[in-house]
Amino acid sequence: MIVLAVFAVAGSLIGYTIADYLRARPPTVNFTAGHATGQPVNLTLQTVGAIGYGPTPNWVSYLTKSPSGKWVHTTVWKVPENTRINVTVYEYDSGSPLRNQAIGQVTGVQGGTATLNGKPFNLINSFQGNGVAHTFTMPALGISVPLYGVNGSAKTFCSTAAPCHQSALHNTIKFSFMSGNHPGEYRWQCFVPCGLATVDGNGGPMQAVGYMGGFMKVVA
Amino acid sequence: MKGMPSTPEGRRLNRKHLTRLVIPWAILVIIIEPFIWFVLRNHLPPGHMTDSATGIQFDEAVVTMTGSPIVLGVLMYFGYAVTVWRVPRNAPLEDGPPIRSNIAVQAAWIAITSTIVMSMFVFGTYELVVPAGSGGGEGPTPIWTPATHKILPIQVIGQQWRWTYRYPTFGGFETDALVIPNNTEIAFHVTSLDVIHDFWAYQLGVKADANPQVDNVAFTKTQHTGRFVVRCDELCGVWHGAMYNYGQVVTPSQFMAWATSTEKKLAPMTKTLPPVNYAGYTPSANGAAGGYYPAIDPFSKVEETAVPNGKAVEDTSALRRTNPSQRAGAGSTTTKTPTGTIKKPTTPPVTNTSGKVG
Amino acid sequence: MAISATASAGLGQTGGPAPGAASPARGSRLNVGTAFAGAVLGYLFGHWLGNAIVSGDLYEVAFNTSTNNVAIFLALLFGVVGWLAGIGALNYPIAKIMGKEAPAEIPEEGWARFLKFTLDHKVVGIQYVVGVLMFFFTGGLIAMAIRTELLNPTSHIFGPNIYIQLVSEHGSIMMMMATSIVVGPLGNFLVPLMIGSRRMAFPRVEALSFWVFISGLMVILTAFPLGGFQTGWTGYAPLQEQSSGGMDSYLMGFGVIGTGMILAGFNMAVSIITYRAPGMRWSRLPIFAWSMLGTAGLLTLATPVLFAGVYMGALDRTAQTALFVNAHGGSSFLWENLFWFFGHPEVYIMALPGFGIAAELLPVFTRKPLFAYRVGAAGMIGVGLLSFFVWQHHLFQSGINPDMRPMFMLTTELISIPTGFIYLVGMGTLWRAKIRLELPMLFVLALYFNFLFGGITGVYLSDVPINVQVHGSFFVMAHFHYTIMGGLVFAFFGGLYYWLPRMTGSMMNETLGRIHFWMMFIFFNLTFFPLFIVGLLGMPRRVFEYAPRLQTLNDISSISSYLLGFSFVVFTINLVWTQFISPKPAPPNPWNSKGLEWTMPTPLPFHNFSRIPVILSDPYRYGEPDALPVADFGEIAAATSSTHEGLAGAQPTSSGTEEV
Repeated sequence: MIVLAVFAVAGSLIGYTIADYLRARPPTVNFTAGHATGQPVNLTLQTVGAIGYGPTPNWVSYLTKSPSGKWVHTTVWKVPENTRINVTVYEYDSGSPLRNQAIGQVTGVQGGTATLNGKPFNLINSFQGNGVAHTFTMPALGISVPLYGVNGSAKTFCSTAAPCHQSALHNTIKFSFMSGNHPGEYRWQCFVPCGLATVDGNGGPMQAVGYMGGFMKVVA
Repeated sequence: MKGMPSTPEGRRLNRKHLTRLVIPWAILVIIIEPFIWFVLRNHLPPGHMTDSATGIQFDEAVVTMTGSPIVLGVLMYFGYAVTVWRVPRNAPLEDGPPIRSNIAVQAAWIAITSTIVMSMFVFGTYELVVPAGSGGGEGPTPIWTPATHKILPIQVIGQQWRWTYRYPTFGGFETDALVIPNNTEIAFHVTSLDVIHDFWAYQLGVKADANPQVDNVAFTKTQHTGRFVVRCDELCGVWHGAMYNYGQVVTPSQFMAWATSTEKKLAPMTKTLPPVNYAGYTPSANGAAGGYYPAIDPFSKVEETAVPNGKAVEDTSALRRTNPSQRAGAGSTTTKTPTGTIKKPTTPPVTNTSGKVG
Repeated sequence: MAISATASAGLGQTGGPAPGAASPARGSRLNVGTAFAGAVLGYLFGHWLGNAIVSGDLYEVAFNTSTNNVAIFLALLFGVVGWLAGIGALNYPIAKIMGKEAPAEIPEEGWARFLKFTLDHKVVGIQYVVGVLMFFFTGGLIAMAIRTELLNPTSHIFGPNIYIQLVSEHGSIMMMMATSIVVGPLGNFLVPLMIGSRRMAFPRVEALSFWVFISGLMVILTAFPLGGFQTGWTGYAPLQEQSSGGMDSYLMGFGVIGTGMILAGFNMAVSIITYRAPGMRWSRLPIFAWSMLGTAGLLTLATPVLFAGVYMGALDRTAQTALFVNAHGGSSFLWENLFWFFGHPEVYIMALPGFGIAAELLPVFTRKPLFAYRVGAAGMIGVGLLSFFVWQHHLFQSGINPDMRPMFMLTTELISIPTGFIYLVGMGTLWRAKIRLELPMLFVLALYFNFLFGGITGVYLSDVPINVQVHGSFFVMAHFHYTIMGGLVFAFFGGLYYWLPRMTGSMMNETLGRIHFWMMFIFFNLTFFPLFIVGLLGMPRRVFEYAPRLQTLNDISSISSYLLGFSFVVFTINLVWTQFISPKPAPPNPWNSKGLEWTMPTPLPFHNFSRIPVILSDPYRYGEPDALPVADFGEIAAATSSTHEGLAGAQPTSSGTEEV
């Protein structure tokens, strides 16, 4: 009987560990706490060419700035419904031509345009200039904004572990959208195949929540 | 021996059980078959938005009408057997009649199942060929095509993890929205930019795999206006479950208005797209930001990739050294010269056509 | 005596230790513990080797993705080799290669032999029971995790990353398990007993197949810490090339399991063909052995194709070949064809043993001869043959060979004819029978019930126009769960309740068994029947988000799946309690079967038969009071020694058999 009990306890512990491992997800940055109705939410993100630490140090990644001003390695946010979300993206990564040029289009944002370093735009031709590094796309809400790349050969290209410092070369992309009135978890992700050295560029970070895709949880 | 099959007693028992089974079965079949045809059929998925959807619905009804007597018969038989021929578990052991085979029953069984199977095959083939593939993917060169030449082609592009649609007859603009006209024969040219997807327009009764560098054509003819859902039906990675969007069947005039205005609106973007090529939309298998395979032929210094704006782009990404800090600007336009490549600093090629300032 | 035991043993059953050598003795020291140690050492060595090979700048893919596929493959490969060396599977071949005499393999007594490499088919059979149950329960827990995620259409418990890993692991583990769930435990244990043999044809191959099988489970489970794989059990390329490091575990796992399947199938086929006792004609072979023969043929012939496929996949992922990548001259269709050319026969690898068990058990509990035995045996072989000609029905919408769709529709629908034979056999046997609803019989009836729905929905899938609607949806998923779980797994548990008294000498508890059966039957149907509807209403497989209108049906399915899972807790308690803690000795022939396997004493002698029996009849002569016994162990021969010439070619009298 004691043997059975020991087995039961050991089994539960193993089960708990496995369940805990399986439940492990990137942390959620909460923008709902202390949020006044009608006020916009300011969402600040950055994209880095390599996260620089962890089991996969060379993966590209998004980072999120928490309301307390700390950069968090996550792509999951909680926002209130019917709220204007003002997004600022600091883009530190180099770009490339797009496999599908249609992704160069800005869609679904307030006013139809986003700004790149203060200059409004609604289309990037990725065959010119530095190309597109990443996109911010939330298909269910029809939102898509291409993020223009920086020159990867520049001396000030961010080469440190994430988060990158403002002194490194970067583009600032700003746009706004409404969070909608249907609570739920909305997928958002990058649509530039930026999973370096995977077939079609869509492996690795492109298939990992917390790197190049995540969820916006809209709550009532 | 009492109860032996070949005895008169055995034959009487056989007849008795057979009668008690067949008569209720026949009555139930007579009730069920009209029910399936007249009541159930019109509620079977996927509805009747297109001719292929209607065809699928019809086929489902026919197969159900063929199958339900069989299912019913077998279930009734097992139920009858367990009820009537059951012996209590604590009863003394007693053997049943040693019926090892019955040529008539076996031959009848084989004949009936073979007949049903062959009829199903003939019916299925007819239903596949006559409506030009029943909405299924027919490969790059379909041999069963619609009788009309007035077919609206739409290229369906699957990519990880969204669908986009190109309208070759409207300048080849590409959009997230799938809008199609009513009462029109439509050819979906389904292809993929990366892995295998599957274009499933549920209410349209259309399903075709999206293979990279393959043009998989599926035909359907719209019959009703309304909204339909498009889902990816072949596992394509982590976000497979989120790869869906909605389409709309509208009246032809609404469609023309939508298509012409969208064509105009998207013209700046369309200019950056490659010309419509049903099987060749895929660029290289290398990711835009660096791929698994070397992008460049090792025996030539530089590989040229034709792009719509006529410039050559060298994708250096795959040959980049591995230090992330050295991730060169792969998109930095480099123009090939006889002596090598010259990197020219560029200004962002951004466009703002809306005139508004965000 | 016409046929002495020694003479028949000489007919090809030499080689094992002498029958008298079954005295308690200590065999090899190697056991599962050393196997684990070998596996760990091999894994570490392979990992080191892989990192040494692709170190530095040579292989930037490994650097950029932070995944060294070469190291993973080599680690897993050497891990498996280390495991096999640790269990002692390599002792004999290595000794022979070195030109030395192989170490003595002394048969052991006691429970420790179950943890060792053993040549006794009965021990291997019981090892397999534990092995497949480990597989099955691991996969089942993962299935419940999948259903947990699907409780809500949009809120996520595991999230897409873990969800897709769970889906893929569940599929792979269950498919690996299902190929061996009957052939391994029941096949290895029972086939020699049923055909009157002292052992399988290749005992070392048999034992090797088991330990390879177990290492397959460990290999596929390493996918979790390696990042899982995103392809599902079908592993479609080029998604395969793109997946995380866990994909290597998938390819390696199926390679390993495939090796085990080929070995097990080959051994089974050779045993049935060449090791039948005198008088065991094809017309007297138990129908279960027929199903094993059909399955063994499929295992041997179909699995090499899978092996080729995973080998190519491994090359694509390590040596950067592009066999499955269209843009570089490969073909994504290639994997689909290789995989399904194996995959569809594999589906029947998972169906035939279930049919075999059902047909074997029916006569016992109906107290009637098996109806249309020849048709049943022909059905098994017919299904096996036809299954090689149907694989493209998985690719009806893929755009490959669209003009061939009617042909594959025909071959697919033709399979329903031999499958229908199984129903003919079942229904004919039930006709005017004396049905005793003992526990194993309940499982058999449940198989016929479930497989009816599995089979009839297969007709929808085979019809190309309807396939447009149901391909890749939950309808397919419910369909194959109805055939594999509803058919094979129900039959397996029925067979286990039926034959465990033979295998261990202890009966299972009847009450707990009935609770298990009814829970399993009811909640199996409640779990999977709603999924037919969900699929018809447009829910694709393997999605983590679905339409909110489908939530009710999904929730019914999910909650039922927990209760279905609980039914196996009842089973496990029953198994542990009645077989280990408080065994209740079984009567020598608890079901009053006429089968040859029930004629031997309990516990079974080490070499099964002290003298090879002469088979006089098939084992289904119920209701024939003047029929000959199934076999002659010498008694009849001794009593009628003057007429032994007639008995040597023993003809059963057919006086008791009559046509209707």
